[in-house]
Amino acid sequence: MSDHGNPHPNIASVEQRVAAIEAAFDERGMAPGEVISEFQHTVDEQWIPQNGARVVAKAWTDPEFRQRLLASGRDAVAELGLTLPRHHRHLVVLENTATVQNVICCTLCSCTAFTIIGLPPDWYKDLEYRSRIVRQSRTVLREMGLDLPPEVEIRVWDTTADTRYMVLPVQPPETLGWSEEKLAQIVTRDSMIGVARL
Amino acid sequence: MDGVHDLGGRQGFGAIRYSPDAGAFHASWEVRVNALYALAVKRGIFNMDEYRHAIERMEPRHYVAASYYERSLTSLATLCVEKGIVTLEELERRAKGGFPLAASSAAGRTNVGDRERFLPGDRVRVRSDYVPGHVRMPGYIRGKSGVVVSESPAYPFPDAHAHGVEAADEPTYDVRFDTRELWPDSSEAALVHVGVFQSYLKRAG
Repeated sequence: MSDHGNPHPNIASVEQRVAAIEAAFDERGMAPGEVISEFQHTVDEQWIPQNGARVVAKAWTDPEFRQRLLASGRDAVAELGLTLPRHHRHLVVLENTATVQNVICCTLCSCTAFTIIGLPPDWYKDLEYRSRIVRQSRTVLREMGLDLPPEVEIRVWDTTADTRYMVLPVQPPETLGWSEEKLAQIVTRDSMIGVARL
Repeated sequence: MDGVHDLGGRQGFGAIRYSPDAGAFHASWEVRVNALYALAVKRGIFNMDEYRHAIERMEPRHYVAASYYERSLTSLATLCVEKGIVTLEELERRAKGGFPLAASSAAGRTNVGDRERFLPGDRVRVRSDYVPGHVRMPGYIRGKSGVVVSESPAYPFPDAHAHGVEAADEPTYDVRFDTRELWPDSSEAALVHVGVFQSYLKRAG
């Protein structure tokens, strides 16, 4: 290692480094090309926030489903055909109210319920969000455009194990009586992370 | 390990680079890295705890400077070399340049011997353990007390699972902490919930 913080004098670009692993996998018969195409498809078509939006819309319109969802998220989302990876053994759904704002983070890495609310956005994985949200939540949320009144209690959930979380946002009053399909269209990923209200 | 990855509560970081339509990926190589490490996990080359720990083992200057997916890439390559799938020489030859890997691992550990079952409402304290290997106890709760809210299903114990050490699965407890206790006089009021493995906890006296 040099004295200047550069761990190698002539580091290959990230693209070259990825290509090197891909070629090594290919030579070993691991078919990385197919896997990459499949993965892209899964990300684009299956791990999308619209899944969580359907869950939220159903919870808003079906009180019994809402109870089941809050009691056991994993079982309740399965009713809508949604699954979590086997190692995510528990989905905890956090109910926002007029006076409670739940917000999710992962200070140690980037854990999320990605099959339900989509893969985490870049800012969620950045050092700034991970370091500050647990200690300065009100300021951080304000910087992100969510200026909460002082009477709203903030609860931050740090995803340090394989339990996964999603936030159940408060239904905007003007949408009462809307159909489930129409409601699902207004639910954003960031409202299910808890950094936005609807 | 008390690594640079353990960011909760660290001070000095600036504004969040936020936009409501921020994506997960910004370049095709990022998608490829994610797909390749998922393939390695699926094939049993390594597990997610090993994957996370290999990121934590990155040289701190590299960790902080690297993008999220460069950290993924470094973990993937490190573990493939450590598991004997490929050599560093082959990777550097194919990449036509240097391929920095993470530092080697310290020893793991198994479950603590005096684990206790807790119930919602129990007051607990996080053990003041200093673990050289992988651990999922964020440093900001070490030695701090909180209240148990619920118990999760049992999970593989990360401190062991990241190191190939035998251990029993154990539950995590959703423990509620108060920021005023975590960072007295130096934080904004909020409750912080952390999923804390049973081995990290003792009953608060």
